[in-house]
Amino acid sequence: MKEYQTITEISGPLVFAEVDEPVGYDEIVEIETEDGRTLRGQVLESSEGIVSIQVFEGTGGIDRNASVRFLGETMKMPVTEDLLGRVLDGSGNPIDGGPEIVPDERHDIVGEAINPYSREYPEEFIQTGVSAIDGMNTLVRGQKLPIFSGSGLPHNELALQIARQATVPEEEEGDDEDGSEFAVIFGAMGITAEEANEFMQDFERTGALERSVVFMNLADDPAVERQVTPRLVLTTAEYLAFEKDYHVLVILTDMTNYCEALREIGAAREEVPGRRGYPGYMYTDLAQLYERAGRIEGREGSVTQIPILTMPGDDDTHPIPDLTGYITEGQIMMDRDLNSQGIEPPVNVLPSLSRLMDDGIGEGLTREDHGDVSDQMYAAYAEGEDLRDLVNIVGREALSERDNKFLDFADRFETEFVQQGYDTNRSIEETLEIGWDLLSMLPKEALNRIDEDLIEEHYREEEDGEEAEAVSAD
Amino acid sequence: MSQADNTEAAESGGVIESVSGPVVTAADLDARMNDVVYVGDEGLMGEVIEIEGNLTTIQVYEETSGVGPGEPVENTGEPLSVDLGPGMLDSIYDGVQRPLDVLEDKMGTAFLDRGVDAPGIDLEKEWEFEAEVAEGDSVEPGDVVGVVPETVTIEHKVMVPPDYEGGEVTSVESGEFTVEETVVELDSGEEIQMHQEWPVRQARPAGDKETPTEPLVTGQRVQDGLFPLAKGGTAAIPGPFGSGKTVTQQQLAKWSDADIVVYIGCGERGNEMTEVIEDFPELPDPQTGNPLMARTCLIANTSNMPVAARESCIYTGITIAEYYRDMGYDVALMADSTSRWAEAMREISSRLEEMPGEEGYPAYLAASLSEFYERAGKFQLINGGEGSISVVGAVSPPGGDFSEPVTQNTLRIVKTFWALDADLAERRHFPSIDWNESYSLYKDQLDPWWEDNIAGDWSDVRQWAVDVLDEEGELQEIVQLVGKDALPEDQQLTLEVARYLREAWLQQNALHDVDTYCEPEKTYQMLGAIKTFNDEAFEALEAGIPVEEIQDVDAAPRLNRMGTAEEYEEFIDEIQNDLKEQLRALY
Repeated sequence: MKEYQTITEISGPLVFAEVDEPVGYDEIVEIETEDGRTLRGQVLESSEGIVSIQVFEGTGGIDRNASVRFLGETMKMPVTEDLLGRVLDGSGNPIDGGPEIVPDERHDIVGEAINPYSREYPEEFIQTGVSAIDGMNTLVRGQKLPIFSGSGLPHNELALQIARQATVPEEEEGDDEDGSEFAVIFGAMGITAEEANEFMQDFERTGALERSVVFMNLADDPAVERQVTPRLVLTTAEYLAFEKDYHVLVILTDMTNYCEALREIGAAREEVPGRRGYPGYMYTDLAQLYERAGRIEGREGSVTQIPILTMPGDDDTHPIPDLTGYITEGQIMMDRDLNSQGIEPPVNVLPSLSRLMDDGIGEGLTREDHGDVSDQMYAAYAEGEDLRDLVNIVGREALSERDNKFLDFADRFETEFVQQGYDTNRSIEETLEIGWDLLSMLPKEALNRIDEDLIEEHYREEEDGEEAEAVSAD
Repeated sequence: MSQADNTEAAESGGVIESVSGPVVTAADLDARMNDVVYVGDEGLMGEVIEIEGNLTTIQVYEETSGVGPGEPVENTGEPLSVDLGPGMLDSIYDGVQRPLDVLEDKMGTAFLDRGVDAPGIDLEKEWEFEAEVAEGDSVEPGDVVGVVPETVTIEHKVMVPPDYEGGEVTSVESGEFTVEETVVELDSGEEIQMHQEWPVRQARPAGDKETPTEPLVTGQRVQDGLFPLAKGGTAAIPGPFGSGKTVTQQQLAKWSDADIVVYIGCGERGNEMTEVIEDFPELPDPQTGNPLMARTCLIANTSNMPVAARESCIYTGITIAEYYRDMGYDVALMADSTSRWAEAMREISSRLEEMPGEEGYPAYLAASLSEFYERAGKFQLINGGEGSISVVGAVSPPGGDFSEPVTQNTLRIVKTFWALDADLAERRHFPSIDWNESYSLYKDQLDPWWEDNIAGDWSDVRQWAVDVLDEEGELQEIVQLVGKDALPEDQQLTLEVARYLREAWLQQNALHDVDTYCEPEKTYQMLGAIKTFNDEAFEALEAGIPVEEIQDVDAAPRLNRMGTAEEYEEFIDEIQNDLKEQLRALY
């Protein structure tokens, strides 16, 4: 391994150095400063004679006399089952005071794409215990379902609730009661120390830490490191899922900070910027993270991703949520109005979507009526929402009886179906029964999305409806 | 890398000068534009995209991590080509036509490794060749010399390659052959195998284009009924995420009455392609009853697969489509999504530091798009036959904004526009094709087909539906201000009729076993039933019956069940009779 003292230029997170032997693209670099610190970086561009290096920890303290070492390999993540229960920094070094990590294997952090032919289509229902998700936007194993949120909204609470409650119903009664084969990998990118504490406390309180791996890149950690953190997270996830048969739930927060870091590096490299200054390859870059979710034929485990992102200005056409939405299999949308009304979790189901829902629900998976109930509630809630605008202008009296019922439906849908609190764990049956309670407010003929037999079976006739109302109003 | 290796590499080919993502520069490489080269020690596949003095710029179709200057580059001297021959149907390829199932075997892992190559068609497999020419016959380029049963559905025609001279057949033999064995010899010295190669960036030769007059029946009511596509036509489906582009594309791939379907998953989700791979072999083709895969060729270059291969997958797909067109088939090509293709061009272009055009896209974006769509059409073939390629391209406009360059440049070329709407999708109105914004310029030239094959009054009935929907659009604006009950009764009734048009006719449940495919006959009859309701209801209204009573007749809500009815003819007849009876009973 050759050492150079040939740095020619330092600019933002980038260092340029002259070399006299070829260096591979993406190779790992160590830079030793005069005060003895060792910084790590990665080769961004390699030409004959000169390389540009992106330094993870920031370029502070580097001068032209610093020495540069090329390690001759691309970045690797040491993986082992013993990672469970550990807390690491954004570059994968333990920060919990525990023992050194003795790796079983070292995996390249730039994962290879899963051959679409080798994938298995995800269709195993995950019960999160959250009605707005289970009932309306069902999550399945191997899916990537982001939470689109805004600053100041309780997305972390929802993510934690999902991490706590997620189960696969049929396996609950199965042989492995201890849940040992379920793991959570948490990747924090640029979140505040306070938020990080919230997560850690919750993990410790519920004992979830022992089946979790936590990667922490905090707000004051170097931005460039955020480029690496999610890749370490996903490499660990793939190892646990596809080699150790775990069902891994990956929570990445906050993807917005990741994309900001991407933009920063793009700008430092003087690249031609795309929309709003984000690099033109952001779609490809994000896809290389999100697509590392899924199932593989013949392997037990799975990687399910819940990335969280805060939409700048609550704007879902901003490049970050926009590109994410084009890659992920749906999105859970948090809503500021619902939040200020005190709805917990404030999920607006209308713009939310789970693309893999249809194959994960129905007879034998959840319940026969699930699809129809959810469709009907979508349609009815959308109609009620429309009518709210009208009510503001003409008043409730001017509306027909039918319209008034839809308005009531929309209100109760928010306060009874979506509203549940962060500690309530509802089974899918409970969720669907609440659904029927609400749908029974509407006239039978209005339920045009539901199969007639199912209406016969579940629709609460007059007196039942009243009762149900009394029960759920408690 | 040792110095010795460098000199050796320089003799046989070039040497890598610099690496930046998928773009590699090599020195001393003797290559032409668009030649395929093998890059680095691992032999990664790439294509020459720029030559400047001694430096050659290459886009690499595989991940370049770890590749460094000094490694060798080897030129194949051939442009990027596809292997054409029996075995392409029922296959799934990546963007440079490597079969993904073979790659899985060769790599021995579920992950895509680097530097593994595989031919597009199986070179070992023997096919039953049946000659259709005899010794002494004279054949020209494009002529069929024999057939091979490729799948249960499709008979593969072996043709004289278009770049041959042709001549008199001197030897021909039927029997079992591999694709590389010669089946026909000509007096010009040319030998014909079942296997041809063709460079993807060059259109296969064909005769004149004709005006298409036959619809590509899609089995989707809103598309067949309101915005039809012709066999040989072009269509675009733009829509924001979550509006159902992929489902719409897949519905077309499943149910349209093309002979061959080429489905390109360009930069889309892995799980979606898996769904297609799992579903298509099991679903029956509505025309033949055979598995859908028997007429389908899949190209899957998902979003996390190398970006350069995403750029080429569109060309790979259209070249395969052209080859089947040359056999005289009607081919439908779905590209999901062309925006990802355009973005791949943008990414490569920006790595080349080209001067960007609008929104960072290269200035040649419009030219590349039109070049691609122009390879669609109904063609006179060089062998005198006829064949067509219909192209349906999905577009994913950022933020759902149709004014962005890819959508706009596409709309300038295509003649059918299916605009997907997020609002409709949110209320689960699927397919979420916006009937106000969408259009089809094929309507007039396809009407005669509908009138001859389905119903003589087709265009009148369709126009009636369009008028009602238009009127509803205007009335809704007033309703938003004053409420529905403030409208005069006849307008309230129009709204009711329009509601049935939307809910019973335009909406179609892709997940329902029956409703997922709607034959043209049924599309027409369902519309007829709603029109019966309209006509009878207005008669009743004129007779002085209040609109509430008319709306409340029992038979009306049953209109919503027409789509899912199995024995639809009886069901629709019954509704029509009940509607007449019940509405007439009111006065």
